[in-house]
Parts: sequence; C-alpha cells; structure tokens
Amino acid sequence: MTFDEIKSKLKNYTVGIAGAGGLGSNCAVALTRVGIGKLVISDFDVVNESNLNRQYFFRDQLGQKKVEALKENIIRINREVEIITRDVKLNENNIVAIYKDCDILVEAFDLAEMKKMLIETFLSELPEKKIVLGLGMAGWGNSNLIKFRQSENLYICGDEKSEIADDNPPLAPRVGMVANMQANTVLELLLRR
Amino acid sequence: MKITLNNRPELFDFKKITVTKLLEHKNYTFKMLVIKVNGKLVKKDAYDSFELNDGDDVTVLHLVSGG
Repeated sequence: MTFDEIKSKLKNYTVGIAGAGGLGSNCAVALTRVGIGKLVISDFDVVNESNLNRQYFFRDQLGQKKVEALKENIIRINREVEIITRDVKLNENNIVAIYKDCDILVEAFDLAEMKKMLIETFLSELPEKKIVLGLGMAGWGNSNLIKFRQSENLYICGDEKSEIADDNPPLAPRVGMVANMQANTVLELLLRR
Repeated sequence: MKITLNNRPELFDFKKITVTKLLEHKNYTFKMLVIKVNGKLVKKDAYDSFELNDGDDVTVLHLVSGG
C-alpha cells in the first residue's frame, strides 16, 4: 500500500485512547502522523513537570489539561484528525459508554489497577472490543524483552514484567517503544480490514 | 490433563485443577492478575472454586504499573 492508500483507509476509523500520559500521548501522535480519522482521548490530569521525561507535552503547557494540550499538539501535526476529548477519570461505570463505538481501544493508563479495571470491564460487558494493552516498560535497556502477543481480543505490548519504582522510573525511550508498538498494532489491525 | 497457558501447551498430572492451585503450581505470586479461561473472565473471588479441564485455554495477565 502507498502512503496515500494507507491514509485514505485509516481516515474511516476511530481509535479510543484511555489515558493521555506516556503511552497515550505518544501513541496518539503516531496515529496522527499516519492519518487516523478520529481519536477519542480521555484523561483527568494536568501536565506536570515530571511528565516531560516521556510524555508528548511541552514546557509551555505545564498546568494545562492533558487532553487539551494533546489536542493542540495533534492539530499542529495534522489538521485532518477529528479529536474528541473527555476530561474525566475513567471508571467501570463510564468507560464502556465512552469507547463502545471506537474500532479499537488503546489502554494507556499508568496504574496497574486501572489497567485491570479496563480489561475486566470490557471482558465482562463488551468482550468483542479489540484492546491494545501496554504492559511493562519501566527502566531502560533490555530492548529485546519488549514483545507482543495476542490473547483473543487482547493485544499485549511490553515486557509484562518491569514495574515502575523510584529506582526504575518510566522513561521516554522504553515508554515510547511500547506506545509506538501499540500504534503499530492498531495499524496492523485496521489495514488488514 | 493438557491446558494451553498463555498460548503454550502444558501437561499436568492432575485430572482437574482449580485456578488457585494452578497459580500455586506455576509459582505465580503476582498480586494483580487478570485471568481468562476459554476467552471468559474469571474473577478473583472464583479462583478457589473455578476448575480447569483438559483442553482449556488459559490466559494469565500480570498487570504492572507504568505508562
């Protein structure tokens, strides 16, 4: 497929992004560059100085709502993308309604309990939804431990092991690898349709 | 019995095994898990009673923070 063919195909699809931190912001930017039609992005947080080591925000956006800052950055790259933002904390009562119409959902939370909430809620209420998970990306090095596997409608990107800690923080290179792997998985699923 | 665990076939000497026993047997001591059996979610409160049978397809996801 040529890039024009890829763009004309991708513009028909909507991708949900649950969380606009390290995974969500970088994955959204990758999908924006290749011409995804529509993004539905949720996050309740504001841009913090500590986010700049991995998240797709800029110093002059500190204090801004992440969903608004990310929307600005997306528009600066590609004006064709339709962006729906939800300034909300996702939970088991609102997440299905927000993402049920998306073709694919990208899980982009930081906390394990939020990842669990998303997976369990969709497996219980909407098991046919395709979900691309980011699981395990703390620290640096060990590029070859980052992998991909599929379990029915769950597509898992990451090393599935490394947990963040004070002495093992999430950093731009490995978080970016997993975020872009998630975007790459989205492309694979959409372009094969 | 033979089950598929995370896409890999595994043989066990038991005829049946509960999810809890499987986790013990495999030394899966992670605290935050999502477990699917034949595509269906098995919640934590059912781990002690849910029995796995020959041929079952089991996915164990270990949820780690970071993103």
